[in-house]
Amino acid sequence: MTGYEEVILDHWRHPRHKGRLPDPTGSAIEANPLCGDVVRLEVRVEGGTIADARFSGEGCAISQAAASLLTELIVGKPVAEVEKMKDEDLLSALGGVVRTRLSCALLPLRALRKALASGAQRTSPPGEV
Amino acid sequence: MDERIRDDFPILRRHEHGKPLVYLDSAATSMKPSAVIEAEADFYRESYANVRRGVYELAAAATDLYEGARAKVASFIGARPDEVVFTRGTTEALNLAAWGLGETHVDPGDEVLVTEMEHHANLLPWQEMARRQGAHLRAAAVTQDGELDRDDLRRKLSPRTKVLALAHVSNVLGTVNPVVEIAAEAHRAGAVVVVDAAQSVPHMPVDVRELGADLVAFSGHKMLGPTGIGILWGRNDLLSELPPLLTGGEMVREVWLNWATWDDPPARFEGGTPPIAQAIGLGAAVDYLRAIGMDEVRRHGEKLTALALDGLLGRPHVTVYGPRDPKARGALVSFALAGIHPHDVATLLDQEGIAIRAGHHCAQPLHRRFGIPASCRASFHVYTTPDEVEHFLAALDRAWEALR
Repeated sequence: MTGYEEVILDHWRHPRHKGRLPDPTGSAIEANPLCGDVVRLEVRVEGGTIADARFSGEGCAISQAAASLLTELIVGKPVAEVEKMKDEDLLSALGGVVRTRLSCALLPLRALRKALASGAQRTSPPGEV
Repeated sequence: MDERIRDDFPILRRHEHGKPLVYLDSAATSMKPSAVIEAEADFYRESYANVRRGVYELAAAATDLYEGARAKVASFIGARPDEVVFTRGTTEALNLAAWGLGETHVDPGDEVLVTEMEHHANLLPWQEMARRQGAHLRAAAVTQDGELDRDDLRRKLSPRTKVLALAHVSNVLGTVNPVVEIAAEAHRAGAVVVVDAAQSVPHMPVDVRELGADLVAFSGHKMLGPTGIGILWGRNDLLSELPPLLTGGEMVREVWLNWATWDDPPARFEGGTPPIAQAIGLGAAVDYLRAIGMDEVRRHGEKLTALALDGLLGRPHVTVYGPRDPKARGALVSFALAGIHPHDVATLLDQEGIAIRAGHHCAQPLHRRFGIPASCRASFHVYTTPDEVEHFLAALDRAWEALR
């Protein structure tokens, strides 16, 4: 079986950019209270480019793999480009996600959008949430 | 259980992802035999009219079918028809109970007692009622083994306790609560006893008088019947004291512009056009279950639960919630795989055509009690086979291999 594409299993077993950034310019937490998925996404923006990103949290394989993959997709990219990223872009990078689990897959993207918005207004790192 | 029973359930011929559907979510809702589907359709085709109001023959025929369904349900649970109120489901039945008891039995400073294992449907109506009446809501603890903590319940029962509301069978732990003994204790303290029987009436013989409760709620759709129909059973003297939750047509005697008098139960609680076809469908579901025999339904549920429990407990990476003894359980098992989110387990099983529930099963406080955000649940009914349970256990091993 799986139905979970190899890319999801790979990122679930070997998460990239997992941890905390010491000096984020933007940070946000998104949670799905119904299933307990939590994703924190932190970014450091330098000169209009995402210089680094980290995710942390807990939850299902899909939400955590999507967070890991998302950090890989955005590091080194211009913020303007990342802001244009659509839900479908992440879903197709994941190799497709069953429709009953879309909210899990998109949780990190929601966190990223909030993190980028928070970074626009914030100069000091956000505290613990 | 005769496996030919599966032919009675047309939906079981369905395939998911190219695999035969293995439906293990009967605690959420049960599938319907053709007898129920046809009873509803026949009513619309042949006997349909509104009930209790027409003077023409067709309306009288429809009313006979509707009241006939009430009589079937009453006999099924050892009750009188005038004690059986048709509601939209267990949720409406418990809201009706909480509203009515709040208005008549609960004053500021009084207490309402529930348990930590309640489904939200048997928690939130009491939360809201306690808030409206200025009363305190308390909850009896659940032990680590998934049993009701009887000592804690006794400690929290007092002359201030006006209502005790508890599940007969937990929809997560499967625990069968000893309602007979608990109701006797609660009555000695002077409390009215309300039982959420949504997970018991569909799966085991239940006689409401032997149970010793004052009000009992359950749903049609979990007992092979239609959605949109449920039952509140109550002792007639108690029902007669309660005000209606819904006011409107057909629940009144005399209406003036600024006052009205209520009809007797059960009509008092059935304002508006009731779910007539659904009640008739439920009557057909009761006929179907009685033809099998509720003792046989219970034996079958125990057998499948024993098989599932045995398989799950034999796998070291599986945690099972609730009692280990199938005889102390309803026909369901909740569990988790170490380090794997329940939603992932359910999605992987779905790829094999196996439908299990994953989530908090509308019991967030209970999951919090066990320190978990969610759990998996496999649940059974008369159409579930031992082969399906074995297939589920094998698929669970494949899910474990895929994600461990």
